[in-house]
Amino acid sequence: MKSTRVAMTVAVAGLLAVLAGWVSSTAAGSTHANKTITISVASLIPGSTDAAVQEFNAQVAQFEKTNPSIKVNSVEYKWTAPTFAAKLAAGTLPTVFEVPFTDARSLGDNGQLADITSYVKALPYYSKYNPAVLAEGTTAKGKIVALPKGAYAQALHYNRSLFKEAGLDPNKPPTTWAQVRADAKAIAQKTGKAGYVQMAKDDNTAGWILTTLVYSLGGRMETGIGTKAHATLDNPKTIQALNLLKAMRWTDNSMGSTFDYGWSDINQAFAAGTVGMYISGSDVYSNLVSASNINPSIYGLAAIPLANSKTAGVLGGGTLAGVRPDANAAQKAAAVKWLDFFYERPLIDKQRAIANAKTLAESKQPVGVPALPIFNKAQYDLANTWIKPYVNVPLNQMKPFNTGIFKQQLIPEPEASTQSVYHALDAVVEAVLTDKNTNVVQMLQQANSTAQTAIQQGS
Amino acid sequence: MAVVDHLGEPALSSRRGLSGIARVPRRTPITWVRGGGLTTLVFLLPLLFIFGAFSWYPIVRTVIMSLQHTNLVQPATWVGFQNFERVWHDPLFPIAVKNTAYFAALALVFGYPIPLIAAVLMSEVRKRRGIYSALAYLPVVIPPVVAVLLWKTFYDASSTGAFNTILSWVHLGPYPWLQSQQWAMPSLVLESTWANAGGTVIIYLAALTGVQTELYEAASVDGAGLLRKVWHITLPQLRGILLVTMILQIIGTAQVFLEPYLFTSGGPANATLTVLLLIYNYAFGNSLGGDYGNATALSLMLAGFLTLFCLFYLRATRSWSTR
Repeated sequence: MKSTRVAMTVAVAGLLAVLAGWVSSTAAGSTHANKTITISVASLIPGSTDAAVQEFNAQVAQFEKTNPSIKVNSVEYKWTAPTFAAKLAAGTLPTVFEVPFTDARSLGDNGQLADITSYVKALPYYSKYNPAVLAEGTTAKGKIVALPKGAYAQALHYNRSLFKEAGLDPNKPPTTWAQVRADAKAIAQKTGKAGYVQMAKDDNTAGWILTTLVYSLGGRMETGIGTKAHATLDNPKTIQALNLLKAMRWTDNSMGSTFDYGWSDINQAFAAGTVGMYISGSDVYSNLVSASNINPSIYGLAAIPLANSKTAGVLGGGTLAGVRPDANAAQKAAAVKWLDFFYERPLIDKQRAIANAKTLAESKQPVGVPALPIFNKAQYDLANTWIKPYVNVPLNQMKPFNTGIFKQQLIPEPEASTQSVYHALDAVVEAVLTDKNTNVVQMLQQANSTAQTAIQQGS
Repeated sequence: MAVVDHLGEPALSSRRGLSGIARVPRRTPITWVRGGGLTTLVFLLPLLFIFGAFSWYPIVRTVIMSLQHTNLVQPATWVGFQNFERVWHDPLFPIAVKNTAYFAALALVFGYPIPLIAAVLMSEVRKRRGIYSALAYLPVVIPPVVAVLLWKTFYDASSTGAFNTILSWVHLGPYPWLQSQQWAMPSLVLESTWANAGGTVIIYLAALTGVQTELYEAASVDGAGLLRKVWHITLPQLRGILLVTMILQIIGTAQVFLEPYLFTSGGPANATLTVLLLIYNYAFGNSLGGDYGNATALSLMLAGFLTLFCLFYLRATRSWSTR
């Protein structure tokens, strides 16, 4: 009995010793000095095709060959608000990661993105950046904390097939909100499908689309910048926009029966042919093809109808790539080299642009999806001529957007506490679509107060 | 024997005198090691480590963070009870509390008696009782997320949705289910009752086997029907179990998260925003890093409320449970 007890004690002690040894060796490994700089980078979204993964790995190999002192570890990455917040808090984001336009400035102001100003200013094409786009990745103090990956303008996506079924001309999408309402009603009545739907989920998408609608009518959600900004969610244009939704939902009954669409759900519903019109980014066609297998023949893209007002404009957004705040100088330099190689060169370097387009076309992914210029317009037009032979999207069906967008005033998303402003609006949109007797003014005042508190707290 | 056990060493010492006291073996580190103390400690260490790292440390951190303002990247600043005040004055706080209470009340009124009724009826069945037990327990086996997604398709608000189609056969509906502020919470409770009743049914079935059959036979001789037998025999015999399942249900429903998170994300218009979902939104709803101070403050408020409620509940039901 005694010998058994001694043996067990020795065994447990041995196990603990092994554990302690493993912990210390792991710790030692992570601090081991090495001349090779290792960075981790956001790669593709989980579930990407083998061809896409291979293509990405080939780019990593090419980068490492050009920069032998840098080792790149790729990490699958998809930005969603809750997972991003958790990874940010836990410190498990890759060295280079992507964030939407809405977040980069605030993250930079909060010290949650590294300052890469000096490295960016040394890039040979720095002067060619579209200043409005670069401003999205620049803090209030003028520090550059992220570089643009892509930019989009909000657009009206419509189902050409349902337009035809409803007796409407698919080549003449609506250009005013009154026409949107009339067309939606016609589609609902003649096809039994939802004429117009809108994201209305409690994940900030409801507020995002309502803001788009308000911008198109000439309203704004806030004035000023930073924590001194003033929330104006309860402005007359927001009330007008909500009353339009109320009329389509309750008077015309043209919005179907689902009022909790999120970004992915609404894409799926549209690709499935159950939706006449909806608002989303101009580049969403890529997702409709890769994730929802849309029939290209039903797809139509138009510019957002703008009110006859000097302040009316289209909401623009996009994605930027930044660097972890705890990266050391060598890692920051390596990270910016990766940003330059992976994100920027394909837009400015002819060979890289053609190679990218060719690979995408070979893997049957969309090439030529409408986007906004990250660099100046001349560079944008030039890059489009490079990839022209590989363009495989139905450009004719996107003509109403492509001809209209550059005439429209592009307005950035609310600068201060963007996600909080959207979140405050979520409940208002949901209320209008699910309760006929919603007091729009009272709810907007409440939302405005909530948003103002968030702005003052910088959250 | 009892005297020896109770008095122990003093009795022994009195027989041996004062010198006997000196000879009682004293516990020294060496005797502790020889007595197996080291082995005990070595075996205890992993447990202490795991509990410390994954239970006690997070609790201590929660208390500390509730008094701080932090985004977990920059250094935290102490803010006293400011987070508690902010939660208290948040307009969403009373909404979340009201919704949670509503969910708990609906679950108590409709969800609590159903497993009991099912268990009593199943205990009356003479043949194939196992099949009924398995059928009752089946929803518990289905992964909760899968169950919610399944029910989400059933709750399709269009006239072609599963539930609306079935109800149309008897000329009812279509109903908006999750798309309506009035219907959303009852829809969540319905699924939750379906998903969780099986486990409680099994507990009641096990408890019912402990009820003496002679009592039912005597009642039958006296002419009692099923309802009178249930009221006068089954319920009094099960009261201990009933009290435990009720407090467990109340604690569980006060912490409801999965259903509102997956079905509605708290919508429409905050109609299904619960306390736990509000905590989650504080911490992770904002991609800029969340408000961990508010989240931990509300967590502590909920924990404090549940502790007080349990103490009150145990005190109020003490006489009934021990009668």
